[in-house]
Amino acid sequence: MTSQVAATLQKPWLDQAENPFVRIHRVTKKFGDFIAVHDVSIDIYKGELFCLLGGSGCGKSTLLRMLAGFEEPSGGRIEIDGQDMAGFAPYDRPTNMMFQSYALFPHMSVERNVAYGLLREGVSRAEARDRTAEMLKMVQLERFAGRKPHQLSGGQRQRVALARSLVKRPKLLLLDEPLGALDKKLREETQFELIRIQESLGVTFIIVTHDQEEAMTLASRIGVMNDGEIVQVGEPVEIYEYPKSRFVADFVGSVNILEGRVTEDEANFIRLGCPDIGAEIHVGHGFSCTLNQTLWYAIRPEKIRLTRERPEGRHNNAKGVVEEVAYLGNLSIYRVRLDSGRVIRATKANLSRHEDGAITWDDPVWVSWDDTAGVVLSA
Amino acid sequence: MPRAQAPGMSAPALWRWTAAPLARLGLSGRTLVILVPVIWLLVFFLIPFLVVAKISLSEPMIAQPPYAPLGTWDGLRLTLDLNFGNYAFLLDDPLYLNAYVFSIQTAFVSAALALLIGYPMAWYIARSPEPRRTLLLLLVILPFWTSFLLRVYAWQGFLRSNGVINNFLIATGIIDTPLVMLQTNFAVYLGIVYTYLPFMILPLYATLVKLDDSLLEASADLGARPVATFFHVTLPLSMPGVIAGFMLVFVPAIGEFVIPELLGGPNTLMIGKVLWGEFFSNRDWPVASAVAIVMLVVVVVPFMLLRNAQARAEAE
Ligand SMILES: Nc1ncnc2c1ncn2[C@@H]1O[C@H](COP(=O)(O)OP(=O)(O)OP(=O)(O)O)[C@@H](O)[C@H]1O
Ligand SMILES: [Mg+2]
Repeated sequence: MTSQVAATLQKPWLDQAENPFVRIHRVTKKFGDFIAVHDVSIDIYKGELFCLLGGSGCGKSTLLRMLAGFEEPSGGRIEIDGQDMAGFAPYDRPTNMMFQSYALFPHMSVERNVAYGLLREGVSRAEARDRTAEMLKMVQLERFAGRKPHQLSGGQRQRVALARSLVKRPKLLLLDEPLGALDKKLREETQFELIRIQESLGVTFIIVTHDQEEAMTLASRIGVMNDGEIVQVGEPVEIYEYPKSRFVADFVGSVNILEGRVTEDEANFIRLGCPDIGAEIHVGHGFSCTLNQTLWYAIRPEKIRLTRERPEGRHNNAKGVVEEVAYLGNLSIYRVRLDSGRVIRATKANLSRHEDGAITWDDPVWVSWDDTAGVVLSA
Repeated sequence: MPRAQAPGMSAPALWRWTAAPLARLGLSGRTLVILVPVIWLLVFFLIPFLVVAKISLSEPMIAQPPYAPLGTWDGLRLTLDLNFGNYAFLLDDPLYLNAYVFSIQTAFVSAALALLIGYPMAWYIARSPEPRRTLLLLLVILPFWTSFLLRVYAWQGFLRSNGVINNFLIATGIIDTPLVMLQTNFAVYLGIVYTYLPFMILPLYATLVKLDDSLLEASADLGARPVATFFHVTLPLSMPGVIAGFMLVFVPAIGEFVIPELLGGPNTLMIGKVLWGEFFSNRDWPVASAVAIVMLVVVVVPFMLLRNAQARAEAE
């Protein structure tokens, strides 16, 4: 019981009684005839680090801009901290936004850029100076306080933009692709920095990204968008292991999607006839479906095992030939062409530096997986 | 064509015969590009300026041209005869000082008015969607397609005591005696602002149209109301346009002759009018030249100071 209380403290979205901090209710945005955001509803809770994930042009920025107040929704309502935001100008909202383009004021020094929001709020000059200095220290830019934005590197500019949006300690921080321009190493450092800031300041974050790895690293929950609609909201593990549709399974991480027809439908298992792999797939749990219904089976590459011999005691297996091996350092990706002609992707962790008799090009292999390794999808 | 000058000359040979000797003289492609405008300025600005400066230092004379030569050459000895009396004369007669002060004041007020009127117009044009923006820009420069003189004359028709404006106001019963508008300083301001407004709008438009929308959004997002955003972001970022526009109105307005002549009264004594009078009515070329030289200094010095201040601000 106590552990459950702790869980709901950590995961307020599981608690029915909890009020969301940001309530996006059936929001639609049209540009002329074009529907950029369609009937989106999301509840976001205090202290969350919520990631909006989706492909280019799916409406992420538009949704964020409606939260910041730069665009009026064509329909639906947005509440922040219990207050309907309709008719509130950006300068009257308890939000700050970090722009995809940073939008730093080119005629102001780093220090003045960061202090700008405080001074507009009526904070005294002395206090603004202190808080700015503190914030610049946090993003490790004290030495650059006097520089103009054009004298900074891309990563430094990005940190100025971050400091500028954080310094007012907004209740809700909106970040539009904040790490897009950074190299991999700096991006990872900044991701952890963001998490640290979020934990120490208790700000609620909404982060837009099209990088699924970034979303997985940062998010308390992820909202996956496609064509202006929210297709799934859930914790990273949920999104990755229990996608609700082929789109989500495919968008987040790498996956093999196999099409099949229900041949057996029992209370605690189902079987799918799958011409793709020339065998039946045994699914180790029940699924509400009818016989002969077409379903899809999504199985991640890392859950597939490769062996030279036919594995014993595994329901799901198929024979094929290794067509390609890509060595990525920490793991290797195998493309195996099954006897049915279908290509399956499998990954294998490189546990030792050198492996005698490792599976390689043109080797005949068996692919197999546990009967709980994959996900059955009806859409 | 190199072939016409030297048959069979290859590109390296061409280089050896043309660009290379120039390069040896320290003339790279870059200097050559600058050379053209430098020669232009030399021929059409500096030399005429020196001629005028020369005349300003000579003695008036009833002759053709109406001034004495600057010096004499008796075969052995060159006697330079520099007459600074013309400049002293300008200081003596308060008429000239008044005319300078009045000109600068009129030009300054006109430029300021043009800025106040032109800024919102430039802003509106820069924020308009594409097809309308081009149309509005076209309308701004449309007046240039009719004669400037004609347009200033047309204002006489509007401002006369029996002109369009007075007739309208009397007909509608708002006033019963005509307002005196023509031959006043008001008419001069009106004429200058009207004539030079496009020169204010175009450079302002050019800077405002480049202004990144996301900067204005960022400002609003950080809590700045529209007025604060204007003074902290829009105005500072459009300062190059403000200065260019101000100068483009202020400088020619100082020497403006036609507008005060046609719209101003007997006491709108602008330096252009004085110059005209000295030159054509009094035929005193040396004094007229001195007036012109002083005017140039008066215009150039503030301009240089401003440029310097700007350069220093940018370097910071
Ligand atoms: N002002 C506008 N007028 C017309 N269409 C717009 C406008 N703003 C956005 N759109 C359209 O709405 C759709 C969603 O745009 P949005 O910027 O939200 O995409 P996004 O998900 O942020 O994409 P990206 O990852 O490329 O930034 C796009 O198809 C875009 O063309
Ligand atoms: Mg975007």
